[in-house]
Amino acid sequence: MTLRVTDLKVYYKTLRGEVKALDGVTFELGDAEILGLAGESGCGKSTLGKALIRMDGRMRLRGGGVELDGERLPIDDDAAMNRYRYHRISLIPQYSMSALNPTRRIGRMIRELVESRGVRYADVEEELLRRLKLVGLDPDVLSRYPIELSGGMKQRTVMVISTLLNPSLLIADEVTSALDVSTQKAVAKALAGFRDRGFVKSMIFVTHDISLTYQIADTIMVMYAGKLVEKASASAIVSKPRHPYTQALINSLPEVGVRYTDRRLSGIPGAPPSLLKPPAGCRFRDRCPKAFARCAAEEPPVTEVASGHFVACWKG
Amino acid sequence: MRRYLLRKLLVYGLTFFVAVTVNWMIPRFMPGDPVSSMIARASVAQPEAVEAMRAHYNSLFGFDRPVFEQYVNFWIALLRGDLGISIWLFPTPVWDVIVRAVPYTIALLLPAILLSWIAGNWFGAFAARRRWLDNTMLPVGYILTATPYMWLAILMAWGLGVVAGIFPVAGGYSFELQPSWSWEFIGDLALHWFLPFASLFIVAFGGWAIGMRNMIIYELEADYANYLAALGAPARLIRRYAFRNAMLPQITGLALQLGTLVAGALVTEVVFSYPGLGHLILKAIQNQDFFLLQGTFLFIVIGVLIANFLIDIVYTVVDPRTRMGLGGAA
Ligand SMILES: Nc1ncnc2c1ncn2[C@@H]1O[C@H](COP(=O)(O)OP(=O)(O)O)[C@@H](O)[C@H]1O
Ligand code: SF4
Ligand SMILES: [Mg+2]
Repeated sequence: MTLRVTDLKVYYKTLRGEVKALDGVTFELGDAEILGLAGESGCGKSTLGKALIRMDGRMRLRGGGVELDGERLPIDDDAAMNRYRYHRISLIPQYSMSALNPTRRIGRMIRELVESRGVRYADVEEELLRRLKLVGLDPDVLSRYPIELSGGMKQRTVMVISTLLNPSLLIADEVTSALDVSTQKAVAKALAGFRDRGFVKSMIFVTHDISLTYQIADTIMVMYAGKLVEKASASAIVSKPRHPYTQALINSLPEVGVRYTDRRLSGIPGAPPSLLKPPAGCRFRDRCPKAFARCAAEEPPVTEVASGHFVACWKG
Repeated sequence: MRRYLLRKLLVYGLTFFVAVTVNWMIPRFMPGDPVSSMIARASVAQPEAVEAMRAHYNSLFGFDRPVFEQYVNFWIALLRGDLGISIWLFPTPVWDVIVRAVPYTIALLLPAILLSWIAGNWFGAFAARRRWLDNTMLPVGYILTATPYMWLAILMAWGLGVVAGIFPVAGGYSFELQPSWSWEFIGDLALHWFLPFASLFIVAFGGWAIGMRNMIIYELEADYANYLAALGAPARLIRRYAFRNAMLPQITGLALQLGTLVAGALVTEVVFSYPGLGHLILKAIQNQDFFLLQGTFLFIVIGVLIANFLIDIVYTVVDPRTRMGLGGAA
């Protein structure tokens, strides 16, 4: 088991109180597994991703914990967390287009980055060139400035940089949102290829686009309003979703394999509840076609309804 | 990169041409007549003598020629370094009057600009990292930049000169001294130089410090900084990148501020009766010495253009994006 997240609660401190963006999430991620993390915008996907590598100044750990390769991570201790970053946990950010320092040649930036992490550039240079070639980049990108690269080239460069030290866990947060459909697929495939070659042990692939997730993920986890609602193998999520929210997500796809661009749920009216004071009971109940009395009174626990298939719904 | 510089050079050439033309037009099409004012000063009573003098001066200054010829002659003379003859210090050539004043202005401007820029950038970057310093620096800096050069100059002349009596408040050196390379004279020069320099330095320093502080904070929140932090890069490396990138708008700022700084220096010279170009402008206006005014303006324009061009070159060296021939992000 690469990653074990247990009842993780991460809140944002704001002037109006704490935003319960991640409110008790439990899941596991196996070796060589790609977990697709899906859900509407604002459900807490990025919060989970950031909590695993670097919390921002307003995030507070309010419970639970994270284990990586059997070792407990000090995720709320920025300094202690540093030794895990890049070496063990890495990130491909959503903003790959602007992730590189515009005034440094790419090769020099990589050298300065790895050396600042205690790795000799000479030791990784050969591998770096090999991987650049693998994603279709010429070695001379290293002597260029980011502005000289196209968007797709920058994306691939960042992919190579992020995975250069063979991390156990790679977080890819909406890496494809800025790309066109055909490039999205190519990037997703390349990431799966990185896993196959062992550049990364396991991966959390975050996207609000379930059809894209389906193409590379082994398992898919769906979140709603800071909670896990369903987690199962990719095929089970797409072919026999159990949670009404997942069902709505799947139904809103014209057909699997076609991207939906609408971030809002077309099938279900309404919006997710405020995470400042989330309501008791099931957080989805205002929009749920199957809601009944118990849903308002009691929160549905996450239960394993079939092997590896977890659902949080009284009717799941 | 070569095309970029060539294009810049063309723009500078054009600016220079327009500046010279406007400069030529000002005395000729403005009310007031330098020749009459000179004759008036000579206080000659006889009308014939007045006419003779007028004819003499008109031909001396070339006012009896057709306008177009005057314009062409002006260029020819200019390229020869001939800016005419000063009326105020008749018959000293304007060129000589200016050359005597330029060292004073340069001695004020160059250190004021460079030192305030370097110290301001350094201090701004430093303050951005310390909350308490940042909290005190911000209001002080904003007050400083908002202060007109003249105010601070007057305030300092009054406080440190008149009241405290530490510094002299007028002139480039004491009247009783003769210019020489003695320590006494150099010390006297420095003493006279200090207040005008300090008032320029302080106002400009505030502006650079604020600018740098804001830019650094902006850069530290840029995507590349976040990415590096997520990969565990030490703050030292991130700050180094941020500092370098924050420097770029400050270099542009230097080019943009140059005009303001020069204007500030001229005003400061007037306040302190410091014998540089600003002082010349005042004298030229008081004496309706259009040639001197023209020559001084021309000198200033050329100086600012050259400085701007140098800054442009520096900028292309430090920012790869300009070298790619692109302005912003691709
Ligand atoms: N810095 C922040 N301060 C306060 N609330 C935040 C902050 N960042 C995100 N949130 C809130 O936390 C919730 C989850 O956000 P996020 O994890 O970014 O969602 P997702 O990535 O799934 O779109 C949202 O309701 C959002 O409004
Ligand atoms: S628990 Fe109730 S409200 Fe929530 S999803 Fe299930 S049926 Fe709907
Ligand atoms: Mg997000």
